[in-house]
Amino acid sequence: MTPPVASSEMVGPSVPAAPSEAVGSTAPLRPVRLPRRWLLASLAVLAAAVVVGVTVGPAGLPWHAVLADIVGLLPGIDIGGGLDGRDAAILWQLRVPRVVLGALVGGMLAIAGAGYQGVFRNPLADPYLLGVAAGAGLGATLAIVSGSGRALLPVAAFAGAVVGVAATYALGRSVGGRSTDSLILAGVAVAAFLTAIQTFVQQRHADTLREVYGWILGRLLTAGWSDVRAILPYVVVAAAVILAHRRLLDVLSVGPAEADSLGVHAARVRLLVVVAATLGTAAAVSVSGLIGFVGIVVPHTVRLVAGTSYRIVLPVSAAVGAAFLVTADVVARTLVSPGELPIGVVTAFVGAPFFIFVLRTNRRVR
Amino acid sequence: MSTLTVDRVSVDLLDARVLHDVSLTVESGSWVSLIGPNGAGKTTLLRAIAGAVVHAGGIELDGVAPARLRQRDRARTVAVVPQQPSRPEGMTVLHYVLLGRTPYVSYLGVESMADLAVTMELLDTLELRTLAPRPVRSLSGGEFQRAVLARALAQQAPLLLLDEPTTSLDLGHAQQVLELVDELRRERELTVVSALHDLTTAAQFSDRLVLLVAGQVVADGTAAEVLTEELILAHYGARVRIVASPEAAVVVVPLRARARLLAGGGP
Repeated sequence: MTPPVASSEMVGPSVPAAPSEAVGSTAPLRPVRLPRRWLLASLAVLAAAVVVGVTVGPAGLPWHAVLADIVGLLPGIDIGGGLDGRDAAILWQLRVPRVVLGALVGGMLAIAGAGYQGVFRNPLADPYLLGVAAGAGLGATLAIVSGSGRALLPVAAFAGAVVGVAATYALGRSVGGRSTDSLILAGVAVAAFLTAIQTFVQQRHADTLREVYGWILGRLLTAGWSDVRAILPYVVVAAAVILAHRRLLDVLSVGPAEADSLGVHAARVRLLVVVAATLGTAAAVSVSGLIGFVGIVVPHTVRLVAGTSYRIVLPVSAAVGAAFLVTADVVARTLVSPGELPIGVVTAFVGAPFFIFVLRTNRRVR
Repeated sequence: MSTLTVDRVSVDLLDARVLHDVSLTVESGSWVSLIGPNGAGKTTLLRAIAGAVVHAGGIELDGVAPARLRQRDRARTVAVVPQQPSRPEGMTVLHYVLLGRTPYVSYLGVESMADLAVTMELLDTLELRTLAPRPVRSLSGGEFQRAVLARALAQQAPLLLLDEPTTSLDLGHAQQVLELVDELRRERELTVVSALHDLTTAAQFSDRLVLLVAGQVVADGTAAEVLTEELILAHYGARVRIVASPEAAVVVVPLRARARLLAGGGP
């Protein structure tokens, strides 16, 4: 990314600041946009993850038959050799919806994290930080202990997430106006408070401890397509709203006051992106549980590798986040097969060392 | 074609009156500098003119109040060079200057080739072309200040506000930036209002000086009228000698403070 012009001027402090007329820049200059190579690379990563996701699993479906079955979906193509009825049902009713759900949740968590980081100009910002996780956790716990069954769980988790963020916002504004620091501190307080209630409720109902714990660590157990259908509209709308603000998030990177003077209604942009990211995240965690780490590690890795403009970070994060979660789910359901690891354990266990690796290798480049 | 009138403007921040009944006029195409001790309200006045702070009284640019304009239209009318502009991580000079075109890009749109052309022309004018692909964080203070100026000029606003544009620059770069502003002002018929600390520099570059003290206008006029030994002693608490010079309007020479305690008694 660093052009050759830079190297000669960055050697030492003694180099004069005046621009050298001798060095002519002939590189074509274009407005910032998503370079095609990153678009293709991220889509290739996603495609690879999806292929692995649908071919690997405990049912032992032959991978060539799975691929033949999927290719057979394309109109006018029938290469034969697909799956028989029972295996096709496993593929289309269990595995494919699970992969699609993983992609939706992973993409949503990643793009929402990137959006939050842009709005708050804080590399650690994430919807989880502002009470989404704690609120969803409390909602899910209440639904589980009340014995209301699976149907109500996502609704309760979603409502809890929204309540958590709303409480954070109200508290943050009451103590510090629009300052982002006070908002993040309010998020810490709200999260601690809601987690305390959640832990209390959980302790009072030891019989459901295992189920509550399983939800909190995250899982992509699905009952076919219904979870996908439930969150699809939220995820699509939320991701579209965040993505539509990619140029404005670049403007916001100079701070709200300067963005205002450049003609951007900073407060409005921030509100729209935060609401979209929060609702999308709430929808995602309502079916997947609290899968941690995706919203922070994926956008950061993308930034370090592909560039910091939100025109690059947002779309690439969505694709890479989707691929990451689909891959993590493959690990979660095969490593201790026939059992399953909580997917949140996998994302953190694999993601954290990888994140450190990326940070270290990019240290000098930055 | 863009006369700025400030009519009895008052600003309260956190229950403290920061500006009190400030009135001044800046003729179209002229350069007026706000001077005054720290905390006099220079930055607040600039922010009020930019429509960024709630104020009582009237501020109009050719009969239009910037504060009443929609955000985009305001950014096309008033461009601001802030005192401490932030340097976004990873952003190149080209992208940074292109931010100045924001008021011309629709909400969900992207910059057009015309926006890019304006940006390229400014990169050439401000000798930033070879720096265009560099991250703004790698620039020296003088280079970055030129980039900030380029961003403000990309807004193509008739009114340019500069808040201490030379604070972080050495003598040579400060001079370079101010000469550049003056040149562009004449070329593009800009009206310039700046807050400046250095009194000699302010006298050299501005058509008029406005001395603000504790939120009020104390003196308003040419350098010779405003920069007097008495006014500077009274309001800055500094003993200076004013020297007439053929090269500058006036030169303000600070004197050592050995007789500071006696200063009240006069020379």
